[in-house]
Amino acid sequence: MSVKSKSIQNKSKDERLRKVSNLKVLLNRPELGALGGSILVFIFFGIVAGDTGMFSAYGTINFLEVSANLGIIAIAAALLMIGGEFDLSVGSMIGFAGICIAIPAIYWGWPLWSSILFAFSMAVLVGYANGILVVRTGLPSFIVTLAMLFILRGATLALTRLITGRTQVPGLRVLIENDPIAWIFSADAFKGVFTWLGSLGLIALRQDGTPLATGIPASVLWWVGMTIFATWLLMKTRYGNWIFASGGDKLGARNVGVPVGRVKISLFIGTAVAATIYACVQVLDAGSADTMRGFLKELEAIVAAVVGGCLLTGGYGSAIGAAFGALIFGTVSMGIYYTDVDTDWFKVFLGAMMLIAVIFNNFIRRRVTENK
Amino acid sequence: MSNNLVEFNNISKFFGSVIALKDVTMHIKKGQIMCLLGDNGAGKSTLIKTLSGVHKPDEGEIIVDGKQTVFDSPRDALDLGIATVYQDLALVSLMSVTRNFFMGREPMKGFGPFKTFDVNKANSIASERMGQIGIDVRDPSQAVGTMSGGERQCLAISRAIYFGAKVLILDEPTSALGVHQASVVLKYIVKAAASGLGVILITHNVHHAYPVGNSFTILNRGKSMGTFDKKDLSREKLLGMMAGGEELDKLEVELKEIDRTNKN
Repeated sequence: MSVKSKSIQNKSKDERLRKVSNLKVLLNRPELGALGGSILVFIFFGIVAGDTGMFSAYGTINFLEVSANLGIIAIAAALLMIGGEFDLSVGSMIGFAGICIAIPAIYWGWPLWSSILFAFSMAVLVGYANGILVVRTGLPSFIVTLAMLFILRGATLALTRLITGRTQVPGLRVLIENDPIAWIFSADAFKGVFTWLGSLGLIALRQDGTPLATGIPASVLWWVGMTIFATWLLMKTRYGNWIFASGGDKLGARNVGVPVGRVKISLFIGTAVAATIYACVQVLDAGSADTMRGFLKELEAIVAAVVGGCLLTGGYGSAIGAAFGALIFGTVSMGIYYTDVDTDWFKVFLGAMMLIAVIFNNFIRRRVTENK
Repeated sequence: MSNNLVEFNNISKFFGSVIALKDVTMHIKKGQIMCLLGDNGAGKSTLIKTLSGVHKPDEGEIIVDGKQTVFDSPRDALDLGIATVYQDLALVSLMSVTRNFFMGREPMKGFGPFKTFDVNKANSIASERMGQIGIDVRDPSQAVGTMSGGERQCLAISRAIYFGAKVLILDEPTSALGVHQASVVLKYIVKAAASGLGVILITHNVHHAYPVGNSFTILNRGKSMGTFDKKDLSREKLLGMMAGGEELDKLEVELKEIDRTNKN
């Protein structure tokens, strides 16, 4: 092609490129719904509960922590959903990981750090099992992981009762103090800043003069860190492109050389590992493990991912969206206590929000694929 | 010998007791468009899958650049420059033009664990390549779902060429397209061959195959009915040789019969 014709072409290309307003570009982003929803939720609680202490340092930390816990698993669930699969065993994995930490540490005398590593290696195994079953059998992941939901929950209960004779394993708190890695999941960050703010009288203090909110919980940092990492992964790496491709068109992706099986298996490992991070945070925070921990969390994670713009059919979505989905969830579930509304209504809100999100997402998908 | 890019000699493929392919031989030269014609069930799909490494042939040999080879996977065929564009095109309609263009072979920048997908480079290559075939990609980050069928076909072909295809296997590239779009795609195929590629064009549409093909292999019930050069073959003869041709002749006779009995 000659230089001249090329330059003409480039010119004509520019002419054809209609200036699209930033608003329109934004409208085509998957996370728009969750972002807008978050703003609406904050405006709502700002008006209804603005003077109740919900947005004090302590209140904010509270709802952020709930959001963060869910966010950790929602982001992994979102990646998996973009990759075209579900993981319904996340909630059971949380319970299972919890006792994987607690039983070796309490009953077998393992150092806490080694039982944490043990829990993570079990997570890799469970995730791998989910993944290999889905990839090899071609069965819907809905079914495979539903089976895993029951297997894991049952095994958690049976093993715990077999070894300990009950369904709870307390007594971990004393082990946290001197452990080399437990702080990763349990420490509060920026303690100094909070103490300083407290001494200035900017945030509420306890009787003994320490601030009520002692710092930013580790889970919040995990949530933010995982959101950034997952977004980078999706948008900026080869692996991210493979996730979109595997979920968008499994066969097509395979035909051009994307290792679809490996991508999906690694995403299943991702959700199980995220569930274990969640379990670490909870178990170390409460100082005990319970066989029923994480009950129904898999569905909450899916709600957050869907509200965050993930399509149930795969190939489309965002990690930032899922993080905002979790923020909406956490804010409303905590905020409702600060209002006069009966907390029983929370689940109604949750369901309605999911419905609206799905309808909205369908609309977005049509916009994106038809360019209307 | 050596001017054959690829030779498929006496390829057979069995599925249990079913003989899907028997003794099919095809040679593809540089710049040649070889049309593979056959009715539904003639074994076209099995042949494509065997040529592209999805199936292993049970008999016969594959010779690439004069060397006998075995394809263990589609990747092997791809590495030797034999690229297949399937009917489904292997495009993800929710993903952008660029992300589709480089799907599975993303250009990278940076070092070690911090290697990232070089989106800017990918965007500029994708729109340049599409521009070369006269498809004006307004915005390479637009979703493939917004493109027309012909544009998608051209994107898939152009992607295969960009990634070093020497032999292109095109599975029914015009079957789902309107007249204008089909002619755009056919024009592009001719251009690709003129630039030195070998093309295997699989179709059941004689009217699309005849104008662009240099030689024609006709497949019927798993067997090759022979390969013919264009100069030895008229369009009518080609039509007649496809299984459908004979059937249509018979149909015509039968229709006349019905017509006659009705009149009586």
